[in-house]
Amino acid sequence: MIRGMTLPVAATLLAISAAALAATPGNPETGRQQYEAKCGGCHSLDSNRVGPRHRGVIGRRPGSVPGYAYSPAVKALGGVWTPNRMDQWLQDPQKLAPGSKMYLTVSSATTRRDIIAYLQSVSPPATKKPR
Amino acid sequence: MTKSKNIESDNSRRGFLRQSGLAVAGVGLVAAVGAPADAAKRRRVARGGAQGDVGVMQGALALEHEGIAAYKIAGASGLLTPDVLKVALVFLGHHEGHREALASLIMKAGGNPVEPKTDAEYIKELDLGALKTQGDVVTLATRLEQGAANAYVGQIAAISDNSTAKLFAQLATDEAVHWAVLNGALGNAVPTPTFLFG
Ligand code: HEC
Repeated sequence: MIRGMTLPVAATLLAISAAALAATPGNPETGRQQYEAKCGGCHSLDSNRVGPRHRGVIGRRPGSVPGYAYSPAVKALGGVWTPNRMDQWLQDPQKLAPGSKMYLTVSSATTRRDIIAYLQSVSPPATKKPR
Repeated sequence: MTKSKNIESDNSRRGFLRQSGLAVAGVGLVAAVGAPADAAKRRRVARGGAQGDVGVMQGALALEHEGIAAYKIAGASGLLTPDVLKVALVFLGHHEGHREALASLIMKAGGNPVEPKTDAEYIKELDLGALKTQGDVVTLATRLEQGAANAYVGQIAAISDNSTAKLFAQLATDEAVHWAVLNGALGNAVPTPTFLFG
């Protein structure tokens, strides 16, 4: 379908669909299933396992769950976890925090968006996106 | 028979503890991965082969330790019928094999293999006390195996050495088989979308 178009038109359409994807809110229910499948090997909402517990992570300072032995790389990240920052993290944690103990990458933007929507849904209301 | 198998795996666990050196317990993970200031060095090492993969292998080993504990504790709970227990012990054996492979590669690459947590910690973290029926056990195992298969596939992109990548593919496919057997036992259908893991 793209073959018949001029390159600029195709590029514009791609850019528009990427922007639309970014603007579409994630689906927390799909995100819950994806979280369980893709993150559940190492993480739980309420207990520190291979990775730290996740309830309330959006809006929280990176590396701040008590009782979890973080890498210095994650502890050194300032600020808080925002949906945007989490999206960067899930694309490549070693790029955001070189030397981190997490290596898993999630290549699908839709999956990242849904997982982030789920994590937001289990984080304090103040950090949820206004509806 | 069941009992002797349990004893066997206990022995191999002790063997592992001896082999990896209890004195270094707890130091391994952080030391192997390095501080952020070492990032450039870490990247250089990464290009040099399996040494750069120590961090990712340590996480995998921690995951296997958890799986081993879950199968052992659930296996000893008395909740499983002999047939199911037999299968659980086969899977336990696979996870112990994974542990040995990862620990020996980590040592070869100059790292100290991360130690398992205590059973009490695993019981708390996985809420194993809440397991009341065989169905509960199989459901938990299905979830953990799915998580492990996805974790392995999802980390391959971060691996620098081809032989480590192959090991992760082997780990992922073992866990995928475990998942498939357990998922079938629960009476669940195989999901329709392509790419069940990753
Ligand atoms: C193979 C194990 C593993 C898997 C799978 C995994 N993680 Fe992690 N994760 C870790 C580890 C280990 C850390 C600690 C990182 C550190 O201290 O450097 C971590 C840390 C994090 C943090 C930082 C938390 C904080 O308190 O600052 C976030 C956020 C996170 N993971 C999200 C995810 C999400 C979302 C997924 C699923 C898409 C996922 N992780 C899958 C192992 C894993």
